[in-house]
Amino acid sequence: MRYPTPKGIAARFASILLLVPLYVHANDGETLMQKGGANPAALPCITCHGADGKGMAAAGFPRLAGLPEAYIAKQLADFRAGRRENPVMQPIAQSLSDEEIAAVAKAYAARPKVNVKPAAAGERPQPGSGAWLALRGAWERNIPECTLCHGPSGVGVGSAFPPLAGQGAEYIEAQLQAWRGTRAVPATKKTKAVAAVPPTRRNDPNGLMQHIAADLSEAEIKAVAAYFAGLGESPEAFDESQHRLR
Amino acid sequence: MQSHLTPTLTRLLPLLLAGISLGAAGADPSRFDDQSQLPGAPARTKGQPYFQPPEERDIPNNAFGDLVRRGQDLFMNTKALAPDYVGNEMNCVNCHIDRGRKANSAPLWAAYPMYPAYRKKNNKVNTFVERMQGCFQFSMNGKPPAADSEILTALTVYSHWLSTGAPVGKSLPGRGFDEPPPPRGGYDIARGKVVYDKQCAICHGADGEGQKVGVTSVFPALWGKDSYNWGAGMHRINTAAGFIQHNMPLGKGETLSDQEAWDVAAFINSHERPQDPRLVNGSIDETRKRYHENDGVNLYGVVVNGVKLGQGIK
Ligand code: HEC
Ligand code: HEC
Ligand code: HEC
Ligand code: HEC
Repeated sequence: MRYPTPKGIAARFASILLLVPLYVHANDGETLMQKGGANPAALPCITCHGADGKGMAAAGFPRLAGLPEAYIAKQLADFRAGRRENPVMQPIAQSLSDEEIAAVAKAYAARPKVNVKPAAAGERPQPGSGAWLALRGAWERNIPECTLCHGPSGVGVGSAFPPLAGQGAEYIEAQLQAWRGTRAVPATKKTKAVAAVPPTRRNDPNGLMQHIAADLSEAEIKAVAAYFAGLGESPEAFDESQHRLR
Repeated sequence: MQSHLTPTLTRLLPLLLAGISLGAAGADPSRFDDQSQLPGAPARTKGQPYFQPPEERDIPNNAFGDLVRRGQDLFMNTKALAPDYVGNEMNCVNCHIDRGRKANSAPLWAAYPMYPAYRKKNNKVNTFVERMQGCFQFSMNGKPPAADSEILTALTVYSHWLSTGAPVGKSLPGRGFDEPPPPRGGYDIARGKVVYDKQCAICHGADGEGQKVGVTSVFPALWGKDSYNWGAGMHRINTAAGFIQHNMPLGKGETLSDQEAWDVAAFINSHERPQDPRLVNGSIDETRKRYHENDGVNLYGVVVNGVKLGQGIK
């Protein structure tokens, strides 16, 4: 048993003082999630992203809990600027102030990250499956395995590469489709030409993601989305002193 | 701004293999194959596909197949599965992309049938295992496992299986890194930094330190203590330029010009990294003279921005 020394007490007191402004700041973000922004058009986030911030998979509302702060702020800025188009989220992002964006990004980032159990040893992906794309890629089309950028088990890397684990299949599919757009169909004798629909998500840094989405087949999109959605969330914490294997 | 004229001889350098006398002593690390330049591979004729290694699903379900799978696992997770032999944070697959299958990323299917290799320069025969030991010692800044170890056996079996159907002793297109010719006006480190900041830092970090998830390296370090050492083949600007042009930015290979690839390779290789384990008498100059002077284009022992490179990092 150790008793706090006066110095220790002072240190603790100082750390509480330091925490106060942080706490107030985080609380702003929490209020925003629950009650919405100052502008009434900034609806409470929890209505769609869930009380726990884990999203609503079936409705295609993404998880925000534990996403990197800079990534969340960047997405809101991208919705505002129209680099990412979405009829639901754009008006909401446009009615948030810069301060509100910073606060809510910080608050969601502070929520627990998705916790994925590593794949069982000896598990081998089958060619053509979603797991194959996730763990092996399609290098003949210059598509690296998704986990090379999105992290082992899709847990995300740093602040530019968001987790895919923890997101629902509908949402993942919708994003891949948004980066693809559709190709133009030339006119035939019987049908009129159909114009190309440009991608509605054009915000990936250096085009790292767009060409991947564009080169996947419809079946591959469904399969890889189902794979990441199926990783689920584990109640057991991952032992961070262990390696995550490729 | 620092501009260096590259020797016009670079294209010929594969022929002028570094003159390295490999000691015969058993424990002497310099006994192992160094990472001197591979001879250039033949170009692919238009429309001709690269050699196709067998598919993973074709690995047989027997003792041989088990070793193939073990070799593949080791190749992809070297740091995690063979920690005693890896001194930095690298995995073989970091430089031999797509599990050693991708053309122009020194694929294993093109390497395996080319060994044992005879070298005129030192009248020595290098085995495939020695070549891999070289990658452990230099690229992984580690300690090579014994030639008959389970680790090198599994890696050999994996490479053998990948080269199923490849002709023996015939250099195939896609071998090595197919280096771009040195740019006319030489390379420029400052221009390389601009490329780096714009196209590479997002993954490899503002200071080349790479990025990890927990203890696992995801984006490998390009310089500093977690990266390859001064004796590794990748420390040659010409070799790195080839790797980079074909394989980087990840998923967007073949997008950098020859000039950009050389500039950014020079930028990366103008940073400190772990010392060349062959360091001669503790002297950078002697080590340069013996091992680096005739080894492609490199900056070991060269003064850049007023500082002599090759100090090493602990
Ligand atoms: C009416 C439902 C709704 C509300 C309310 C809502 N969102 Fe969203 N949000 C969505 C939908 C739908 C998407 C997916 C958009 C798309 O497909 O591009 C989304 C996407 C996002 C994303 C991108 C996530 C990612 O992984 O890229 C962020 C960030 C976000 N919302 C933040 C917020 C914040 C902050 C609030 C509260 C101020 C909020 N949302 C309120 C429906 C909503
Ligand atoms: C070369 C790196 C790279 C690879 C490989 C990669 N991605 Fe991405 N991906 C990114 C980046 C960067 C982003 C974030 C873009 C942004 O800032 O909005 C992203 C975002 C995404 C998103 C949106 C996530 C969200 O929360 O909105 C999905 C879905 C996605 N990627 C799926 C995939 C799939 C599936 C694969 C494999 C087939 C894959 N990615 C491979 C770089 C990559
Ligand atoms: C830092 C990058 C890097 C890493 C990591 C790396 N290598 Fe290499 N490897 C190289 C370079 C560079 C060459 C020589 C290519 C040249 O000179 O053109 C090479 C050559 C080889 C060759 C001979 C290729 C041929 O065609 O003759 C084999 C085999 C090889 N490496 C195996 C391995 C193994 C096994 C590992 C892991 C223990 C590994 N490498 C890790 C960079 C790397
Ligand atoms: C989207 C992320 C990403 C970007 C952008 C990127 N790299 Fe890489 N790089 C990687 C990954 C991942 C590997 C290892 C590949 C593997 O393990 O399969 C790698 C490997 C390397 C290696 C060999 C391994 C090592 O550590 O030496 C070099 C050299 C390299 N990259 C240089 C560059 C350069 C130069 C650029 C910019 C022109 C660049 N990379 C851009 C992700 C990236």
